[in-house]
Amino acid sequence: MADVTTAGREHTEHAPHVHVTPIWIYLVVFFALAVGTVLTVAASRFDLGMWNTPIALIIATIKAVLVILFFMHVIHSTRLTWVVIIASFLWLGVLFVLTFADYLTRLWKIY
Amino acid sequence: MSDVTLTGNVPVPEVDHAGHGQHHPFLQHHFEDLGQQHEASTLGMWMFLSTEILFFGGVLCAYWIYRVMYPEAWAVGAAQQIWWLGAINTIVLIISSLTMALAVRNAQLGRRMATVYMLIATLFFGSIFLGVKGYEYAKHYEEGLFPGVAFHWNEVPALAPKVELFMTFYWTLTGLHALHMVIGAGLLLWFIKRAWSGHFGPEYYGPVEIMGLYWHFVDIVWIFLFPFLYLIHGAHHG
Amino acid sequence: MSSLTLNDARFVEPEGTRNYITHDYGALSWLLTKDHKRIAILYLLSITALFMLGGFFAVVMRIELLTPEGDLLTSDTYNKFFTLHGIVMIFFFLIPSIPAVLGNFLLPLMIGAKDLAFPKINLLSWYLYMISAVMGLYIIITGGVDTGWTFYTPFSTQFSNTHVFGVTFAAFIVGFSSILTGLNFLVTIHRMRAPGLTWFRLPLFVWAMYATSIVQLLATPVLAITLVMLMVERVLHVGIFDPALGGDPLLYQHMFWFYSHPAVYIMILPAMGVASEVVAAFTRKKIFGYSFVAYSSLAIAFLGFLVWAHHMFVAGISVYSAMIFSFLSYFVAVPSAIKVFNWTATLYRASVALMTPMLYILGFIGLFTIGGVTGLFLAAIGLDVHVTDTYFVVAHFHYIMVGGAVMAYMAGIHYWWPKITGRMYPEWWARLAALLIFAGFNLTFFPQFILGYLGMPRRYHAYAPEFQVLNVMSTAGASVLAIGYALPLVYLLWSLWYGRLAGPNPWGAVGLEWTTASPPPHDNFHETPVVTWDAYDYPAMMKARGETQNV
Repeated sequence: MADVTTAGREHTEHAPHVHVTPIWIYLVVFFALAVGTVLTVAASRFDLGMWNTPIALIIATIKAVLVILFFMHVIHSTRLTWVVIIASFLWLGVLFVLTFADYLTRLWKIY
Repeated sequence: MSDVTLTGNVPVPEVDHAGHGQHHPFLQHHFEDLGQQHEASTLGMWMFLSTEILFFGGVLCAYWIYRVMYPEAWAVGAAQQIWWLGAINTIVLIISSLTMALAVRNAQLGRRMATVYMLIATLFFGSIFLGVKGYEYAKHYEEGLFPGVAFHWNEVPALAPKVELFMTFYWTLTGLHALHMVIGAGLLLWFIKRAWSGHFGPEYYGPVEIMGLYWHFVDIVWIFLFPFLYLIHGAHHG
Repeated sequence: MSSLTLNDARFVEPEGTRNYITHDYGALSWLLTKDHKRIAILYLLSITALFMLGGFFAVVMRIELLTPEGDLLTSDTYNKFFTLHGIVMIFFFLIPSIPAVLGNFLLPLMIGAKDLAFPKINLLSWYLYMISAVMGLYIIITGGVDTGWTFYTPFSTQFSNTHVFGVTFAAFIVGFSSILTGLNFLVTIHRMRAPGLTWFRLPLFVWAMYATSIVQLLATPVLAITLVMLMVERVLHVGIFDPALGGDPLLYQHMFWFYSHPAVYIMILPAMGVASEVVAAFTRKKIFGYSFVAYSSLAIAFLGFLVWAHHMFVAGISVYSAMIFSFLSYFVAVPSAIKVFNWTATLYRASVALMTPMLYILGFIGLFTIGGVTGLFLAAIGLDVHVTDTYFVVAHFHYIMVGGAVMAYMAGIHYWWPKITGRMYPEWWARLAALLIFAGFNLTFFPQFILGYLGMPRRYHAYAPEFQVLNVMSTAGASVLAIGYALPLVYLLWSLWYGRLAGPNPWGAVGLEWTTASPPPHDNFHETPVVTWDAYDYPAMMKARGETQNV
């Protein structure tokens, strides 16, 4: 009976699963985000050649990942949550890659 | 085995929350228990956020196509922004994210007033963000940087139409972001009232968690918008 | 053994218990309902009304095309008619049709839940639909719109002087209705399944709804933001998509088709789900290759996102990306073919009961196959250059959407009509209507393949005289089709009062929805069902009843 009744629903308990994050983690993440903001501004003051845009993107991505993992508790979330997030960015990637596939090859020679 | 026979079963009356002492007052009758309700609503919020990712992602895709086409105009457009106002707003929004995270934590621990204070702090910093944004908007409008008939910027005539295009994206992106902030602020007001009424606790903190997910998402959007709209290199080469 | 009682209507309550229709009375009890079954009925009524409106535009266009001269409608009016036909049929009928009506009604029943995960959001999505529909009607009355349902820029933003803003705003709103339905279904399927109902015990209709919902969730927001940019451009007179001001109209097309190609799968995936249910029920067999059919739904949902620019081969995209998109377009045919082969393998050597739903599904399989194969023609760049923007394309997508999606919708409505209303429809009339629709459909659209191949362009109210014979055939077919669609309206209404009482399981089908009363009670099941059997376990059921495969 027990094995049958739990088979359909994943991870169901009677009360929600409470995972309380220690305050120091929130503070460390906050400082990391603040430092990231300062770094973005600082990097934009210097000419890094072809690295200007990638650096800004990398810092922003790291900041976003920190917020997602810790402020949004994804690090403790179900695999399904991870799938939803990764799928969203994968689909967005499809939009970017296939749209750019047109624009970046328009001027190529036709043989 | 577990064969359920229902012959002669009396139909269950409409679930009356008040009449069911063992049920949590916020357990909706179509869920088995609070755990299922919590997981369903959190998953629902994440799926809503995935639509938001595609929503903002769509306009960002258009932004990037034109940024690659018109790098100069984009740099000049970003140079019209006051970068330090954007930086201050980024910090303000990060602080509001921290207070939001702490509000969720307090709700998890059942600390009623601490939850209320942290939600009020989130609303406060969110409002500062919107105030600064409003100041920037007013300034841009005066400078003729509002796209369309109001657009009068002409410092580099050759680039003017493309800078207008940049400003169109600036207003669309920040406008959609600010709209999300305003909706979030409205929700926060409602949550402050609910938290003050003592609705939340270790058994039932899901709504605060979901509010937090929304708020952090709006923060993430800004984390990308700030470098995309304020800090494009090549600005000081004009 | 409990697994053998799966068909014995175990959740049917005693006589006199109220069902979802008699549960409560009054208009407000319907307008404020949170019951997924009642919301499904609200959708059924609204989409039927809009189907008739969309059909009206089609009928007038077909009458116009009876003669080569543009004598009935001016070219401007004709532009508005094909635009409104497309908008109404796609956004207000096809996209919500199977998900919002049959999916809403059946999903909780099929997985043993009391309701969808978010009943209020479900009601909200119907209201969004209605707000949008009312806006659309207002626009139709006050002058309409003439851009084509695709709202291509820069015509829609710089030149058209019709109600582009209003109608795109309506499409924006109805998009959110669609998103919320998909979101609700996904969470429900993940979190509300009855104990024991594992993923590979789910009916294939649920798998199809799952795949559809993924597409709704991830594609629709891109349409929404694209329409926002279009509205911004039109209102502010800026040039996001205007080449004169530095924009690129092709970018609009890219982003529009990122949604609108997958939207084809929003329409056809649910139809495939209905086909699987009906084929199993009327052959009394397990679906051949269950897991392949299930996975192919997911494969279509993903691959459908990789092919959009095959709508733009002649629009000026790079030759290299055109080749990539052409190549990828062939891939999406593979999972569709897997489904068709699995249904035919299920039908092979079965004794098929040719009841109305099965007639529709046999039609569906054939017509969808024709539509799919002609889709491959269009995915080949060389051939596409020849037939693009001709009636060949019109015929192709009507074979998918009308021959595919609408046929399956009709099959589903008939198959679950006894569950929804508790009454049987009249079988003889229903079979007649199914045959009329099949014959009328083919007579309408097959000539259009030839017309297109011969070079008749789409979207004109006048044409060269040598095309008249085929156009007259097409219009004649459309009249038969119209009669075919009118018949069910009459006999289904009739059956509400005079139809034979259906009982819980008139088809002797397996599946949780057939274990409860018809119509089901407000809470669907008075005790949460425990599932110990696989989907479509017809062999076990028939063994338990001592039946043979002959139905």
